[in-house]
Amino acid sequence: MLPGFGLSFGFTLAWLTLIVLIPLATIFLKAAGLGWSEFLAVGFSPRAMAAYRLSFGTAAMAGLVNAVFGLLVAWVLVRYDFPGKQVVSALVDLPFALPTAVAGIALTALYTPEGWIGQFLEPLGIKVAFTWIGISIALVFIGLPFVVRSVEPVLADLGREVEEAAATLGATRWQTFRHVIFPAIGPALLTGFALAFARGVGEYGSVIFISGNMPGRTEIAPLLIVTQLEQYAYAGATAIAVVMMLASFAVLLLINLIQAASRRRMGA
Amino acid sequence: MIQLRGITKRFGDYPALHGIDLDVAPGEFIALLGPSGSGKTTLLRIIAGLEFQDGGSVLLGGEDVSSLPVARRHVGFVFQHYALFRHMTVADNVAFGLSVRRGKDRLPKVARLARAEELLRLVQLEGLGSRYPGQLSGGQRQRVALARALAIEPRLLLLDEPFGALDAKVRKDLRRWLRDLHKQMGLTSIFVTHDQEEALELADRVVVMNQGRIEQIGAPDAVYMNPETPFVSHFVGETNRLPTTSGEIHFRPHEITLAPDGAEALLVDNVFRKGAVWRAEGLLAGSGQFVELDLPSSGEAPRLGETIRFNPHRARMFTADGAQTQGESR
Repeated sequence: MLPGFGLSFGFTLAWLTLIVLIPLATIFLKAAGLGWSEFLAVGFSPRAMAAYRLSFGTAAMAGLVNAVFGLLVAWVLVRYDFPGKQVVSALVDLPFALPTAVAGIALTALYTPEGWIGQFLEPLGIKVAFTWIGISIALVFIGLPFVVRSVEPVLADLGREVEEAAATLGATRWQTFRHVIFPAIGPALLTGFALAFARGVGEYGSVIFISGNMPGRTEIAPLLIVTQLEQYAYAGATAIAVVMMLASFAVLLLINLIQAASRRRMGA
Repeated sequence: MIQLRGITKRFGDYPALHGIDLDVAPGEFIALLGPSGSGKTTLLRIIAGLEFQDGGSVLLGGEDVSSLPVARRHVGFVFQHYALFRHMTVADNVAFGLSVRRGKDRLPKVARLARAEELLRLVQLEGLGSRYPGQLSGGQRQRVALARALAIEPRLLLLDEPFGALDAKVRKDLRRWLRDLHKQMGLTSIFVTHDQEEALELADRVVVMNQGRIEQIGAPDAVYMNPETPFVSHFVGETNRLPTTSGEIHFRPHEITLAPDGAEALLVDNVFRKGAVWRAEGLLAGSGQFVELDLPSSGEAPRLGETIRFNPHRARMFTADGAQTQGESR
């Protein structure tokens, strides 16, 4: 352990306070101006509740989809060499760099009933654009890099030998994945899921084009906040923000606790 | 026990093995010895089924297992870097091979853990079953890996550079211990090493490999004393080379007799104690060839700049095409 814990810890606290805590505290302060009953009325109105459900639900859904397919992408990138590997790897990061509105517009164009993909789904009775499915797709797009980049180094570090060892001991491929690989990369996968989920909950730009923004049905919580702001209802906007923030914090804290427990179990 | 017939393997354009034939009897302890790139590890992995040959066949106990996947070959494999499952306790690691069995072969958990404890006792790690691999030393981890491989009662134990990642002292202890274990359990084992000392100390027979071919198969003593090719002569033990018009004469540093009228003269350039002998190094008068000699340390240490006259009393002659023309003393 490096010396200077006092100094570095003090610096960490000061920095976190400046960058994270003070801005967040301001939100609480603003919301406090509402008074308790009004806060409940705005923060937990049926319209707000529907927005929370939609935001957290689609973010969780997109996080799960990304956990599965992001793992697959990471697997291919780590285990196989193929021409154009660097290009594929760069493509994975593209959702980080792209202005999210661009993604939103592109996805909407694809998935409207007249769009390239939407026109084939329409006859099957599947509506994507302007439904929760469309929102989830947008969140899958922006969340992919989080899972891939979290899992990739752990998978690379795990190496092929443990898989081979499991095989020599008579394990099937599924048993090897289930008992050897998955437990080893589980914590990293959970981190990737948590990051993708958190990003999805807060995402705005890519979603508003594809969601259709029907209040109570396809209106996400961040949009509701913007709507409130546009009506100069600052206190109302902060009330919704506070509820979202507390819910997000609870989820992320839970994920962190699970990880700490699994690290302890690894005994490292 | 094992019969390899004409095993060939290429990696892309690179030929890794050219037609390997090898027979191993039950209970034998075999070393595959060679430099890196000699194909020794590839051969071991083909026997295990971790790699598949392009041509030829692998027979285990008379059964052709050439196309059988690794999980069904019932072969124990110990990896150089242990390859333990870090998220499992030591006991769960050892019992892994038993816990992935299905159907009627599957033992109840209590029996599996009892078996694991038994194996941990065998590898002298009693009571460490509840630890995690991260809490053990390198030597302990390698013994866990060995116990894990033995848990499935393999018909054959394969070890890939089993001591490669350990420090010298631990390595020596573990080596002796492994030889005893091999005898005690009546195993048939093959291990890969690039360390000739290790091969000569442990193996019943040494298979010397070079560039995808077997150079020589023999008892350690035979491989050391009567190398059949210049490569073996050079790779196993230390060898001095004297070029002649028709080829090279090879002799070991200790295969010499000091004689005032000796045919060769060494101008001593460096001297140090090498265990029980003095090691003198330098260039030969005339040919300028670099030579190492072992001199009895009962005498005085040779002085720098001194000239030592000697005759090789035992040597081997290899012609330019690698054939050996004489193996006896001269």
